[in-house]
Amino acid sequence: MKDKNKYLKLFTSTFQLSACTFGGGFVIIPLMRKKFVEDLGWIDEQEMMDLTAIAQSSPGAIAVNAAILVGYRVAGIPGALLTVAGSVLPPLIIISIISMFYQAFRDNPIVNMAMTGMLAGVAAVIMDVVVTMAKSIFKLKRILPVLVMLGAFIATYFFKVNIILIILVCGVVGAVDTLYQQKNRKELA
Amino acid sequence: MVLLQLFWSFFQIGLFSIGGGYAAMPLIQNQVVDLHSWLTMTQFADIMTIAEMTPGPIAINSATFVGIQIAGIPGALVATMGCVFPSCIIVMTLAYVYYRFRGLSMVQGVLGGLRPAVIAMIASAGISLLLMALYGQKTWPADLSAVNYISVAIVVVGFFILRKWKISPIYVMAGAGVAGVILYSIF
Repeated sequence: MKDKNKYLKLFTSTFQLSACTFGGGFVIIPLMRKKFVEDLGWIDEQEMMDLTAIAQSSPGAIAVNAAILVGYRVAGIPGALLTVAGSVLPPLIIISIISMFYQAFRDNPIVNMAMTGMLAGVAAVIMDVVVTMAKSIFKLKRILPVLVMLGAFIATYFFKVNIILIILVCGVVGAVDTLYQQKNRKELA
Repeated sequence: MVLLQLFWSFFQIGLFSIGGGYAAMPLIQNQVVDLHSWLTMTQFADIMTIAEMTPGPIAINSATFVGIQIAGIPGALVATMGCVFPSCIIVMTLAYVYYRFRGLSMVQGVLGGLRPAVIAMIASAGISLLLMALYGQKTWPADLSAVNYISVAIVVVGFFILRKWKISPIYVMAGAGVAGVILYSIF
């Protein structure tokens, strides 16, 4: 009985968090921390920080990744499957409804004006994201990440190089760089 | 057949969008607009707008939207599953490694190396969206002065507000929508 409650709680918690989180990944992490660390006490503070690091460094949506980790931690693989379902269902339902009415919705002149305005809003949001992220790269005060950033931009934007290829190449660059730095640190020590 | 293609496309999007949120955007554009022509650039811009205004991750929102447009509800389910499948496997593997060994420095090193590239790709896809907003097309126009001045105003004001007050993007989006309705009704 207690187990059943735990599964139900896992599902409803992630469902609620996902249904109420606008603006994607980074917003959901503090909410999850509040729910699972403070309210339910299922995960401790340090562990939550480590899980956040894993969620951010794995492929895919951060919110989904964090949900998988919490579910896995609390109730193994069945728990992870439940939390994935809980976090995916709200957007799935909402977008399904919107897209069924999409054509009618899009042809409405007022909706059209709002969408045109909001597209400009999205452009501003993305510019803000890019500036904030690029600043964090310059703050590292290292040449390599800046060169990778410029190189990747030229490759994608001007030469239309396949994105997946760029990710793979930059992943290898990151791995070699990490090994090199670890070696240097050992030699210094 | 189309279901299989949907699954495979969103599997790749799920597998290679590293760094969350906007990292999926260039991959979605690449798969959905450039490779398969499932959506036009206008529809892609719409889905980015809708994704920003509704809860849930951008990748899941796009998977559902594209899936429904191409193959109805089964399409939405298949695309969404394709999108989360790589996460499930990789995240659970990393969680297992973490609880066994409590060390992820190499993984974090590789991902640290990826971050600059991810930013560059978001910037690149962002330029396409910006051009959509300003000129209604994703490439640079021949005549740069044929710009939509209302969009320019919204982009500039929105960007300024975001930089200056660091407010949640959802408010900027809502404000941009209201501004659109008001300004386009007047002019």
